Amino acid sequence: MDKYVCSVCGYVYDPANGDPDNGIEPGTSFADLPNDWVCPVCGAAKDEFEKQE
Amino acid sequence: MKAVELAKDVYSVGVIDWNIRDFHGYSTERGSSYNAYLIVDEKVVLIDTVKKEFTDKMLENISSIIDPKRIDIVISNHTEMDHSGGLPRVMHYIGQDKPVYCSKMGFKNLSEHFPAGLNLKEVSNGEEMNIGKRTLTFLETRMLHWPDSMFTYDQTDKILFSSDAFGQHYAGFETFDDKVGDEIMHHAKKYYANILLLYAPLILKLIEKVQEMGLDIKMICPDHGIIWRSDPAKIINAYVEWSKQEGHKKAIVVYDTMWHSTEIMAENIAEGIASQGVEARPIHIRSSDRSDIMTEALNAKAIVFGSPTLNNTIFPTVADVLTYMKGLKPKNKIGAAFGSYGWSGEAVAEIRGHLENLGMEIVDPGLRIHYVPDDQGRAEAYAFGQKIGKAVIDAL
Repeated sequence: MDKYVCSVCGYVYDPANGDPDNGIEPGTSFADLPNDWVCPVCGAAKDEFEKQE
Repeated sequence: MKAVELAKDVYSVGVIDWNIRDFHGYSTERGSSYNAYLIVDEKVVLIDTVKKEFTDKMLENISSIIDPKRIDIVISNHTEMDHSGGLPRVMHYIGQDKPVYCSKMGFKNLSEHFPAGLNLKEVSNGEEMNIGKRTLTFLETRMLHWPDSMFTYDQTDKILFSSDAFGQHYAGFETFDDKVGDEIMHHAKKYYANILLLYAPLILKLIEKVQEMGLDIKMICPDHGIIWRSDPAKIINAYVEWSKQEGHKKAIVVYDTMWHSTEIMAENIAEGIASQGVEARPIHIRSSDRSDIMTEALNAKAIVFGSPTLNNTIFPTVADVLTYMKGLKPKNKIGAAFGSYGWSGEAVAEIRGHLENLGMEIVDPGLRIHYVPDDQGRAEAYAFGQKIGKAVIDAL
């Protein structure tokens, strides 16, 4: 599954790890994150993430 | 220094750093200040502290109002050490068990800065706290400019304690914007260009949010420099304008040179740009500072980079500015590269790559001149400048 990078602060969302602090199970793809999920570091919205090449 | 009363029972108790000239690579020609604020209500509240080595001076300032041991609550709007460095000493002095309120990310970040233990209390975005006659509201402002950054708003006095936002590196006894005059806008702009520019999209969102909330702001108290009291909307509107990055009819030609050849090119290019009615300025990197170059870049529509080729690559000082600019992510710019070379001449193409990565619109593949520009070379540089000048006019 693809990793996504926050264009604001550089945080990388890795589906293998999820975001357990905010209720996202490991194994959750970026596309499956809820629309109101925000970057756990800086609060940027989902649409500010870019696929990591 | 004595504390300065900002409103009844609200004081500025921070310190002035007259001598700092290099703030982690940002030139602070007028020094700076580390601002902290004291509110004396039923609870006595200290908002932010100062750089570690200035802590005793801040405690002295507080003592001109009240015994610092009477402070009940400390609020940390920002973890960076020029505002939190004094926390361990302050807490040791006033009572280790007293609470330090901070944002969720502040909790995490302060814990990593001061593992010995502060009594940290997390506040959520929008949370209110009554301290007697006053109610304070906390507003998370993540990445403006650290994850932990937050504002504290005093609803009663309508004062926004804005952390690093709206700050300026300026040392002076004037305390207020109206006492300094227009010069302060230059320092505010430099601060924005060097500290906040990369977060421009977030700033626009935040200001929109603050406007939706209908916060009535009579005074803005940042963590550096003077306090905005005469017209707080002026600095807020300036932030909106800077964040939009629309660019003015202006170009800067940023270069370095070894034997004056790239310099000759830079001056002819700038003249060519100016011939189109566009403000143009050659900036020799080693006669300037990267932070001043960034300030000039903020409202320039075009940024032109010149470098000689040294040992098959970009001259190091030019790479320094390119790296710095890469981090600050200026948007909506026109770019171009030029330079003199002796044999291999890689610098121009390498710079073009950097400018493309910055998303700049490249108006010309680049101008290279072998060794020293002759009359024809100077004419080519002038024409290259004209092309850039025309592109600026067309883009606006």
